[in-house]
Amino acid sequence: MEVVAEKPGRVRNCCLCNLRKAALKRPKTLQQICRECFYEVFEEEIHRVIVDNRLFKPGERIAIGASGGKDSTVLAYVMAELNRRHNYGLDLFLLSVDEGITGYRDDSLETVKRNEIQYGLPLKVVSYKDLYGWTMDEIVKMIGLKNNCTFCGVFRRQALDRGAALLKVDKVVTGHNADDIAETVILNILRGDIARLGRCTSITTGEDGPIPRCKPFKYTYEKEIVMYAYFKKLDYFSTECIYSPNAYRGFAREFIKDLERIRPRAILDIIKSGEDFRIATSTKMPEQGTCERCGYISSQKWCKACVLLEGLNRGLPKLGIGRRGIDNERNSRKTIENKQCGSLDF
Amino acid sequence: MQLTLEFGGGLELLCNSVKIHSVDVDHKVGEEKVQLTMKDLLAWVRKNLIKERPEMFMKGDSVRPGVLVLVNDCDWELSGQLDTILEEKDVVVFISTLHGG
Repeated sequence: MEVVAEKPGRVRNCCLCNLRKAALKRPKTLQQICRECFYEVFEEEIHRVIVDNRLFKPGERIAIGASGGKDSTVLAYVMAELNRRHNYGLDLFLLSVDEGITGYRDDSLETVKRNEIQYGLPLKVVSYKDLYGWTMDEIVKMIGLKNNCTFCGVFRRQALDRGAALLKVDKVVTGHNADDIAETVILNILRGDIARLGRCTSITTGEDGPIPRCKPFKYTYEKEIVMYAYFKKLDYFSTECIYSPNAYRGFAREFIKDLERIRPRAILDIIKSGEDFRIATSTKMPEQGTCERCGYISSQKWCKACVLLEGLNRGLPKLGIGRRGIDNERNSRKTIENKQCGSLDF
Repeated sequence: MQLTLEFGGGLELLCNSVKIHSVDVDHKVGEEKVQLTMKDLLAWVRKNLIKERPEMFMKGDSVRPGVLVLVNDCDWELSGQLDTILEEKDVVVFISTLHGG
């Protein structure tokens, strides 16, 4: 056991093994546990989530959406570990999106490249420049710092799908954690976005589409992910995007963190409330179709990425921003279907 | 009192991008040295190390919710948070969980 001068008498023994000094308090259970027991319960809980929800089948090819940040780094590490330990029989890949943001994504991609070697997982990088002809730096130069996150969010979602198609994977896993999901439930309630509220707590989404996505960290607290990365000395990148204040999400985030301090279970409770929402069968939901231009899934004539891209290429970057889209006939009805939903990634 | 303070998860950006700081902190009331608690240390850090956006680090007299604190690699929620008493050569780590994933 590693010992750093512990405060004598103050910190109790681990309530699981009763052998070693506790190293952290679990937000989920308030248990005080040592590092070794923490690794075990952290990994085993994720394994249970994977098994109970039948997230994978043996032989599947799985892309791990990797940004170089804490969540995806821990996800890559844990997925590789569980795949070995429990013989999932999965072929794992790292998939990164290069938005073309100098001083931010170029640095975090270096982290992902190190992860490729450290965890022995092949890496594929897809760039906005290759997919759309524009880097985020160029987009910001044209449109300024307002609404740039909308472009980035819409483009990233598609880029991940296109990268997944290139890798011929069966599924994409992302590092969205319990805190992120609770935050999104709150945001979707505030926005009145019924369609997204209905699906943002699903552990797997897009099963009707070409490449489903799932979130093995759905019930994993951010605190534990960061503690795990810290104790294991995992190599991750943690600088805020130079372009993104993303203020609205920031408020929801702060609210969740304030709640967590008072009562950590609140995060799981919000997710539970989100899961238990039932939408009246009389509510009209958007029909999923395909984009007439690029074939990507879309509830409109053109998908959001094509609308935004058209605006950029015609020098009218405001197209697709705000409530009015481009010549989308289906868009003319004033119903819940045509609410704009910003750049949420769920 | 010699302490090592470490900032991570993006918090280092608030103190000139320096992650590890070896500091000498004494807490005195009048002429008399008194025990240094985490509460005192946070006030000291805010005054002496944080160069910008202190609201990213603190809220009220504690750290901002979402900032993890470890004293000698032990979660400060186990040692009494603000009331944790610091000793010579302690290592205090602050990690933000608020930066992107």
